Amino acid sequence: MLIEATVKVLFILVVMVVGIAPVITWIERKQSALMQDRIGANRADVGGITVLGLLHPAADVIKLMTKEDVVPEGANRVMHLLSPLIVAVPAISAFAVIPYGGVYRFGDTTLNLVGADIDWGLLYIFAIGSIAAYGTVIAGWSSNNNWSMLGGLRASAQLISYEVTMGLTVVGVFMVFETLRLSDMALAQDTTFRLFGFLDRFFGLDWRWIDQVRVPAWGIFYQPLGFLMFLTAIMAENKRPPFDIPEGESEIIAGYHLEYSGMRFGLFFMSEFIEIIIIAALTATIFLGGWAVPYLSTDTIIGGISRFFDVGFATCLCILIHFSTFMLKVFAMIWVQMLLRWSLPRFRYDQVMSLCWKILLPLSIANIFVTGLVLLWVKG
Amino acid sequence: MLAEYTGVLVILVVGMVIAGGMLGIHLLIGPRRRFAEKQQPFECGETQIVSPRRRYAVKFYMVAILFVVFDVEAIFFYPWGAVFQELGWFGLGAMFVFTIPLAVGLIYEWMKGGLEW
Repeated sequence: MLIEATVKVLFILVVMVVGIAPVITWIERKQSALMQDRIGANRADVGGITVLGLLHPAADVIKLMTKEDVVPEGANRVMHLLSPLIVAVPAISAFAVIPYGGVYRFGDTTLNLVGADIDWGLLYIFAIGSIAAYGTVIAGWSSNNNWSMLGGLRASAQLISYEVTMGLTVVGVFMVFETLRLSDMALAQDTTFRLFGFLDRFFGLDWRWIDQVRVPAWGIFYQPLGFLMFLTAIMAENKRPPFDIPEGESEIIAGYHLEYSGMRFGLFFMSEFIEIIIIAALTATIFLGGWAVPYLSTDTIIGGISRFFDVGFATCLCILIHFSTFMLKVFAMIWVQMLLRWSLPRFRYDQVMSLCWKILLPLSIANIFVTGLVLLWVKG
Repeated sequence: MLAEYTGVLVILVVGMVIAGGMLGIHLLIGPRRRFAEKQQPFECGETQIVSPRRRYAVKFYMVAILFVVFDVEAIFFYPWGAVFQELGWFGLGAMFVFTIPLAVGLIYEWMKGGLEW
């Protein structure tokens, strides 16, 4: 049990944190360069080989490691040291409940590709994500710096406000899939449904082809508004541009991590990029079907392949296909976030707060009740 | 029963090792050249005039109070959402009644200007 869980957890960490997180810093530089019509990072080389600038993440780590560790005068030394850890550990831990494959059967053993298959998985991510908010606020307070304090205060109000909204925007998805377990949610999306099926009670007649349009049973088709609101709220929760007022480098220098140097800053930097991956993985799992291949259910894939090869091999191939599909969706969501980051200017603080309390909160509560009405109406 | 939480325990330990290790290596190999000016908090080149640990705008506290109310509401929505289709119309009606006082509270706060920045 312990060994199985450790292997699964280490696998997802090696792929996501060690593998993708450094690449994302490179993607961000290259995409900004592309969008601003410049070349971008391409200088770091080993013996003249630059690999398109892919060595820059490694150079970053070496540079951050060998910088001096400066703690400002009057800072609370214990809290100053602890806060990067309070931010980074929850960010890494959130990967435990993300399913990167379904449940597969080999003879009489089953393989469930998720680190910890707990039945309140999504709540676990929100709970552990909200611990990271403490790290940000403590970093701002402990630095004994006016700019840091302002950044920490801004972060405190922004993070707790968007936490509420982020929680309420996904309730519609729970109502549709009737679960909080992320692996069940992904499994429920491994099928198709009739897009206009809910109109049957309204018209109750044959619409020729349009009545038969089938789409993958993904959360985004059940909850299009919920998807947009969730993406907005969770991006604000990550304090990324255009919601980066806690950092706001043109007004308060660097906000809450102004007095951090070397790897202490590096941990803040790293957890921001890890959170991008979590956002992408979570959105892909809840709204884009997770590992599910559109229009091809697990049984279809295994059945199709096992006509030519034996079942064990077909299952292995199916795991590979599902994992690649999941990674493809994760990368698509990362790309969307990068695109938004370089397209929109930073919002003002009052705009961010009124977006949360005056627009997203009433809309998400309305979304819950409309979803409820439609669900019960369709069931009859 | 607790077996499914093994992964959570493992990832918490691994996360602490990764983050703590990176910080530890940096503290070991980073240079240390201290002098008084470098240790001062950054204030755009000036000496710090006021301490940052003083009182700030009341709005931040008001948001925190609002957060407590609405976060409890959000938590109540979660289990309700997961069993919604079993509860049927009764569940929807009950949640509607539960939401009305909160909606009234939000509208009151809005009218009073508690959401203005």
